[in-house]
Amino acid sequence: MLALLADRLGNLDVAHDGLQDAYAKAASVWAADAGVPDDPAAWVYVVARNAAIDRIRRDAAARNRLASQARVLDTAVAGDVDPGEEEPPSLIADEGLADEGLAGAGDEQLRLMLLCCHPALSRESQVVLTLRLAGGLTTEEIAAAFLLQESTVQQRIVRAKRKIREARIPLAMPAELPERAQLLATVLGLIFNEGYVAHSSDAATLTRSDLADQAIRLTATAADALPDEPELAGLLALELFHRSRERARTDASGRLIRLAEQDRSLWEASFIARGHAALAAALNHRRLGPWQMQALIAAEHTRRATDWERVVRYYDTLLGMSPGPVIRLSRAIAVGEAQGPEAALAEVEEIDGLDGYHLFHAARADLLERTGDPHGAVAAWDRAAALATNPAEVQYLRSRTRDVRPIPPRGVI
Amino acid sequence: MKYLLLIASDPTLPSPEPGDADFDAYMAAWTQYTEDMEAAGVYCGGEALQGADTATTVRHDSGATTIVDGPFAELKEHLGGYYLIDVDTLDDALAWAKRLPVGTGAVEVRPVFPTDEF
Repeated sequence: MLALLADRLGNLDVAHDGLQDAYAKAASVWAADAGVPDDPAAWVYVVARNAAIDRIRRDAAARNRLASQARVLDTAVAGDVDPGEEEPPSLIADEGLADEGLAGAGDEQLRLMLLCCHPALSRESQVVLTLRLAGGLTTEEIAAAFLLQESTVQQRIVRAKRKIREARIPLAMPAELPERAQLLATVLGLIFNEGYVAHSSDAATLTRSDLADQAIRLTATAADALPDEPELAGLLALELFHRSRERARTDASGRLIRLAEQDRSLWEASFIARGHAALAAALNHRRLGPWQMQALIAAEHTRRATDWERVVRYYDTLLGMSPGPVIRLSRAIAVGEAQGPEAALAEVEEIDGLDGYHLFHAARADLLERTGDPHGAVAAWDRAAALATNPAEVQYLRSRTRDVRPIPPRGVI
Repeated sequence: MKYLLLIASDPTLPSPEPGDADFDAYMAAWTQYTEDMEAAGVYCGGEALQGADTATTVRHDSGATTIVDGPFAELKEHLGGYYLIDVDTLDDALAWAKRLPVGTGAVEVRPVFPTDEF
């Protein structure tokens, strides 16, 4: 709806405000009068469009009075307000859209998502804008999800919308669609991760499943609308596999449960099935990417017995695509399962740049414990607990320190 | 909508000088670029600037002025030239900025304040 309005009005800001007006009016009118109209969507559209045009006129009048130098209307908006003029040279030229096979349902929302992830916007703006405009979350909800001040979120949105308007970032299918789809996947992945891991949360619960579910919905929309971008389907599969284990990840007291020790009967089969379907669709393209590799690894864990050697090979492929210490750490942990803790510890000790990352110390602690170095293990668990911010993780890491086998007195073998 | 493409590069990096074997090819790339802009009907102007060591800054402070040697911002990269173009959207401007024959450097793309719509 928002994208449709922005399309017609050529101005995202005004469209957004108009839609807010329409929802407010719907809330009062539908409650007071004869109830919900036959076609509520059309009703909202018309009311929002009229409200937006009113706003444009009010703004124009106000600013003309001020005789300010500020630009009042962009040509697209002016064209639409004055009926009878030819179709404005809008910001949202969509030539080639039908050729791409993208017309139809989900198309407007897709273009809105791609706009929100325009590379001319900062990553922070991309995240909040995607949630606000494509996801429909309120600034209050976004602020709560990311533990930010509501005014900070508001400011980011205002600034981003101003840049879209004043620098004329178009609501168009980007010429470089694959690159933009990558950015979209990155942003959606960040949103999911924030919802799933919730590292910034001070609540005792590990997930904020609303945010994770929102990310899944948006990723599903994007993957449906861009079937030729397999990384989006790969990300969707990864999200669904993670989501399927949510109920099994913590015990009643909020304590983390490791994958190997989780009660698999709590895994939600419907998410796993959807994940496998999305992954299969992605792999059909035979164009692997980092999200598909991560989904393949997550899929391996949905089997009754994980083939750890295969997981190590997947990590090798993933490292070839996107090298980085965090993926090396994950690979080392898989090596620990496939070949034993000594081999894994040797790899972990080779990794640089993760000294501030709690899971690096947690992995090291676990391996030290398993290779018979309780002193080293306790120190590493402590370091991990000191660095972690999620309460459930902190609690888990502290308990691991306590659980290290009693250290034998010196001199006793 | 007009956009200014501000071209900056690190003056310590080697760049072809007149007389160098690759100088003609270097200049031809810029000439070609400008001609492409003109052919597309987007070119409004553009110049290359002398080095930042020739810059003088007049600083205004509530009406008082002081003249200082050097550019107004001391950065690793120096402003070396600009193009002014007229295109529909930021995406078009970014596409032109990407095509600039700058070996290594940065191009800031700024929309021009649209005073002509009043």
